[in-house]
Amino acid sequence: MSPSKPDNKVATLGKVPVGSSARVVSVNGNSRITKRLMEMGVIPGVSLKVVKTAPFGDPIEVKVRGYSLAMRKNEADSIEVSF
Amino acid sequence: MKPNGYKSQLTIALAGNPNAGKTTLFNSLTGLKQKVANYPGVTVERKHGAWKLENGHANLIDLPGLYSLDATSLDEQIARDVITGTQAGVPKPDAVIAVVDATNLERNLYLVTQLFEFDVPVVIALTMIDAFEKQKHEIDITKLSELLKAPVVAVNAKTGRGKRELIDNLSSVIERGPVVPFETNGHVDDGANAKIFARYNFISDIVQQTVKHNDRERHRFSDKIDRVLTHKFFGLLILVSILLLVFQAIFSWASLPMDLLDKGFGALGDLVKAELPHGVLADLIADGVIAGVGGVMVFLPQILLLFLFISILEDTGYLARAAFLLDKLMSRVGLHGKAFLPLMSSFACAIPGIMATRTIESRRDRFATILIAPLMSCSARLPVYTLMIAAFFAGQTVFGFLSLGAVLMLAMYSLGICVAIIVAFILKRTLLKAPPPPFVMELPPYRLPNVRTVFQNMLTRAWLFVKRAGTVILAISIILWALTYFPRQVPDPVAPGQNAEQAAAEQPSANPSDQIQHSFAGMLGHGIEPVIRPLGFDWKIGVALIASFAAREVLVSTLSIIYNVGDDDSASGKGGDASPTLISAIRDAKHDDGTPAWTPLTAVTLMVFFVLAMQCMSTVAVVRRETNSWRWTLFMIGYMTGLAWIAAFVTYQGGKLLGFV
Repeated sequence: MSPSKPDNKVATLGKVPVGSSARVVSVNGNSRITKRLMEMGVIPGVSLKVVKTAPFGDPIEVKVRGYSLAMRKNEADSIEVSF
Repeated sequence: MKPNGYKSQLTIALAGNPNAGKTTLFNSLTGLKQKVANYPGVTVERKHGAWKLENGHANLIDLPGLYSLDATSLDEQIARDVITGTQAGVPKPDAVIAVVDATNLERNLYLVTQLFEFDVPVVIALTMIDAFEKQKHEIDITKLSELLKAPVVAVNAKTGRGKRELIDNLSSVIERGPVVPFETNGHVDDGANAKIFARYNFISDIVQQTVKHNDRERHRFSDKIDRVLTHKFFGLLILVSILLLVFQAIFSWASLPMDLLDKGFGALGDLVKAELPHGVLADLIADGVIAGVGGVMVFLPQILLLFLFISILEDTGYLARAAFLLDKLMSRVGLHGKAFLPLMSSFACAIPGIMATRTIESRRDRFATILIAPLMSCSARLPVYTLMIAAFFAGQTVFGFLSLGAVLMLAMYSLGICVAIIVAFILKRTLLKAPPPPFVMELPPYRLPNVRTVFQNMLTRAWLFVKRAGTVILAISIILWALTYFPRQVPDPVAPGQNAEQAAAEQPSANPSDQIQHSFAGMLGHGIEPVIRPLGFDWKIGVALIASFAAREVLVSTLSIIYNVGDDDSASGKGGDASPTLISAIRDAKHDDGTPAWTPLTAVTLMVFFVLAMQCMSTVAVVRRETNSWRWTLFMIGYMTGLAWIAAFVTYQGGKLLGFV
């Protein structure tokens, strides 16, 4: 992966459109759940792809490190990405 | 310990991520020689079994499925305690087998890097290697083992591949002792999460050196299925169809074996009465023990079927998708997406539903689900609803075309659901206060279910139900039996010329309504009359209510006894059919002052009471077991029965004010 281009947007993961890939910039917050996200491999530098949203718009499915991870938008908003 | 001081038996722990194939490997190594219980004081499953080695056995401990060992959840805390040897009653493992899914290597290795820090020898069992190779990925196992400084063995539970190697490598690592292959502390300036970053850096480096992914093939099959199964429209349609199939099975397929069990226990009871000398002992065994335990065992087919379906749905990876699809709806109430299936199952029977809440990790969310599950109208309420409707609303319609009975039935089901939603809403903001449950869940790739895992899963859970619930239920059945049986009525003097034995045999059934009226249960019925009088119930309904706290459908058979209808089924306590005579007996029943004991309003009030009251000792026993707390169990009985009284009071008094009778 090439380093972030200057025109890359920085936003929270919940704002990334379905089908887009993004790179994690930071995981914010100090809760159990942000720790769990990091333990499951969502750490700065890793790239992920938003695959789909559930029928009622939430949760979202993300592909990271070769596996599928579902999380609510609420949780996704603690992840800052550039895309 | 052998006399010479050497350890006679190895203890090996099996650790791995959920969905890594840990249970399948455990089953294949131990066969049927495994035991399931709970760790003391908590509901974390403790599973261990004997693994046959060449010379003797190893004690294999199956740890809960874990993503991490940082002790942020109860499962992790216990796994950590087992590995460090501080969990009471479990010897410190001599080595750990880390189960690692080859198709999901990076995240699976994270747990392994933590295991290295626990000063315990580790052997890595690489699962799903066939799926991995089928997708044309390549992995250099020798190099992986070199970099991890621990043996890596490719295993396949189906073919038995790698079993032998696993044993050989275990003995060599135990001899060698633990090795830590990397600097675990990370960079100081990475702050609190330095360790996490260091572990993943180590892993990324290793994976890069050992694995060649074929990105074109990666998860293609799974993604295709997923596009349909989690589709915004078809996904929901399929989910509803699957649920319908499950309930159809629980309702109808289970009815034949349930009838057989019911008849079998009935026949057994008759046999006991015929063979044993007539007296208290025979009555205790037949009407107390056999009828009581039998009354619970009839639920076994439903439980087996539900767990069969859940195991299949879980093992294929579908259950995670169902939670994904429905999480938004459930979270509005404050529950987890995973609470959906247990609650739906509770429409058939709350017992398997409550046992199915084990898939919910958060204790508070799990308890909230358990506490509202019995509000779903289960199949045992049906005989009560049907009796009331048949007696007072048969053939009536609303708007000229809707059957009043069907409307009432729908109203009762809806009442249960609405109250459940309100209770969950309140509980999640008070006693079980917690932020909306976080939803971070892996969606594992779809896999064909492993037949052995599915069946073992089903049988283990069913056995837990039989064993534990059975003991509590046995005790309560005996108490309830004794309440209706004592004190005995003085037998009539034997009429001259009549065979004494024959008279004795007929005596107890000569006038059961008399016996009940003067039994402790009858006294209790009279005793609670002031409490139930505002609901429009007299002491006779009171006796039936007391008896129905054992199981709801007992109301029907108890009413038969009280009104002396002489229903043959009544002795077994399961007279589910509303016989025409019972219906007319209820319609004709009078208070002492000559006014009718039952009105349509009484019938509706009784139905409302049955929707909400906690009247099922099997459920009580299971809730006690699943929450491991009498306090929560009593709380559930209390709030449900309290609500039932209030709702019935409002129905009856409100109905009277509105001019209904």
